Amino acid sequence: MKSAKLLTTLLAVASFPAAAQEAAADKLAALESSVSAAQTSGDNAWMLVSTALVLLMTGPGLALFYGGLVRKKNILGTMMQSFIMMALATILWTVVGYSLAFGEGSAFLGDLRYLMLNGVGGAPNADYAATIPHQTFMFFQMMFAIITPALITGAFAERMKFSAMLLFMTLWSLLVYYPMAHMVWGKGGMLNAFLGGSVPCFDFAGGTVVHITSGVSALVCALYLGKRLGYPTEPIKPHSLVLSFIGACLLWVGWFGFNAGSALSAGSLASSAFLATHLGASAAVFGWLAMEWIQVGKPSILGGISGAVAGLVVITPASGFVTPGSAMIMGFLGGVVCYFMVVKIKNKFGYDDSLDAFGVHGAGGTLGAILTGVFATNAVNNALKDSAGKPAALGLVDGNGGQIVNQLIGSAIAWGLAIVGTLIILKICDMTLGLRVSAEDETEGLDLSQHGEEGYNLDT
Amino acid sequence: MKKIEAIIQPFKLEEVKEALKAIGVDGMTITEVRGHGRQKGHKEVYRGQEYQVDLLPKVKVELVVGDDRLDEIASALAGAARTGKIGDGKIFVYDVAQAIRIRNDDRGDSAL
Repeated sequence: MKSAKLLTTLLAVASFPAAAQEAAADKLAALESSVSAAQTSGDNAWMLVSTALVLLMTGPGLALFYGGLVRKKNILGTMMQSFIMMALATILWTVVGYSLAFGEGSAFLGDLRYLMLNGVGGAPNADYAATIPHQTFMFFQMMFAIITPALITGAFAERMKFSAMLLFMTLWSLLVYYPMAHMVWGKGGMLNAFLGGSVPCFDFAGGTVVHITSGVSALVCALYLGKRLGYPTEPIKPHSLVLSFIGACLLWVGWFGFNAGSALSAGSLASSAFLATHLGASAAVFGWLAMEWIQVGKPSILGGISGAVAGLVVITPASGFVTPGSAMIMGFLGGVVCYFMVVKIKNKFGYDDSLDAFGVHGAGGTLGAILTGVFATNAVNNALKDSAGKPAALGLVDGNGGQIVNQLIGSAIAWGLAIVGTLIILKICDMTLGLRVSAEDETEGLDLSQHGEEGYNLDT
Repeated sequence: MKKIEAIIQPFKLEEVKEALKAIGVDGMTITEVRGHGRQKGHKEVYRGQEYQVDLLPKVKVELVVGDDRLDEIASALAGAARTGKIGDGKIFVYDVAQAIRIRNDDRGDSAL
């Protein structure tokens, strides 16, 4: 209809005098602006929903998932560690974080142009997302800055001081997350494949930025803080897999916002990422359960939900680049590999990564980052053009095997930054506040010792 | 007076209550307890961490009865709680020196 109308207008323009031509041009401009406004409101609606979905992943999703896995004396302390990030990371992001991550600075870190969100308003930032308000883009990315540090809390569960945790998370956001986000997603970042990075690395929704950084930092934390009292000789069982189940399912749903929202628009790429995300999770459930059924003899609900999260992690960097078939292969492999890391490797080396933040996010994130270099294809995502202006070959399946090297470099940088940054930060926290609660407080539980309350007062 | 203390399978509690009610036993005290006898516990596995759970959930039923009704009541209780499998539990019988009804200070059999 619109194009027919346009054609009539154009035909009319050809035979009319100058004044009429001017009127027609005005009409055309008005038409263009209303088309673009319509696209903006469509894209913006999806992005605001996605933003809310990603917040839902941290609270209550992750808080419930982790909360159910600890002993009941630590349920509130554990949930608080996720919840407080919803407030803390938000403030940090607003004051300085967004600017350091997405300001156009060096290859490693952004500048201070968006300090206090200065200049981040309704007008789109065409470098990042041309059809949504810059503010929406900033807001969406804020939710990633919340959940990423919150993931680490699984490694030091049941034994870290709340005060030390606040300092750790503040410094970690500044020293690890913002630089990594800038390198991969920020304009001028050295790993940014779409905005001129020197080592183009594909990370659609955060395999390196979110999962490798948090997962590897988690391992460093687990090693530095040491084991929980009684681990692994005394029984330290999850106190409520029911809560963990609810949390994992909320994570699964929230992940649609995380991955499909990373299309930064509401078009076909969002649909494709949405589907890949769902397939990755589904296939990983079977990957984990198959291993467990064969090795332990019984498929467990904890295994099922752990597999789902592992699959979601693995598919995250690839979600906007791979076909449904590849997504299922990646998810299944994620379930198997993360099972192996959590059940075999952890027990072999004996570190107390209490809730398996490294085994799932560190291992899954690395696997996902590498496999993205294998399965990424321009049949799904043709945003990247070669010198001739045609869609560039993306991964090995497109004949670009060298991309795997780039993915390895990106992963290695994320590993290095996470290890060095986290070690420095832990040292600072250790020397100033002390990292661990006293043995007495640990035995009493974080709920009472850190917060002065109990999660369950069922006999009152 | 005798006190009957029975440790039974939790899922048998309703049948035991019904059986005792059927022969006119009015009062009892129930406690949820954990324990094991010759019955082995079970194994639980959480992400590869194995735990041997030895103490299993049981229910303790306590009631005090007159000497004359002891055998009848103990048999009814055992009959209702029995599955024939290991883990059914045990019944212990104790002598009771005195019983006092708090409401009106009744003593002995009339307090039961």
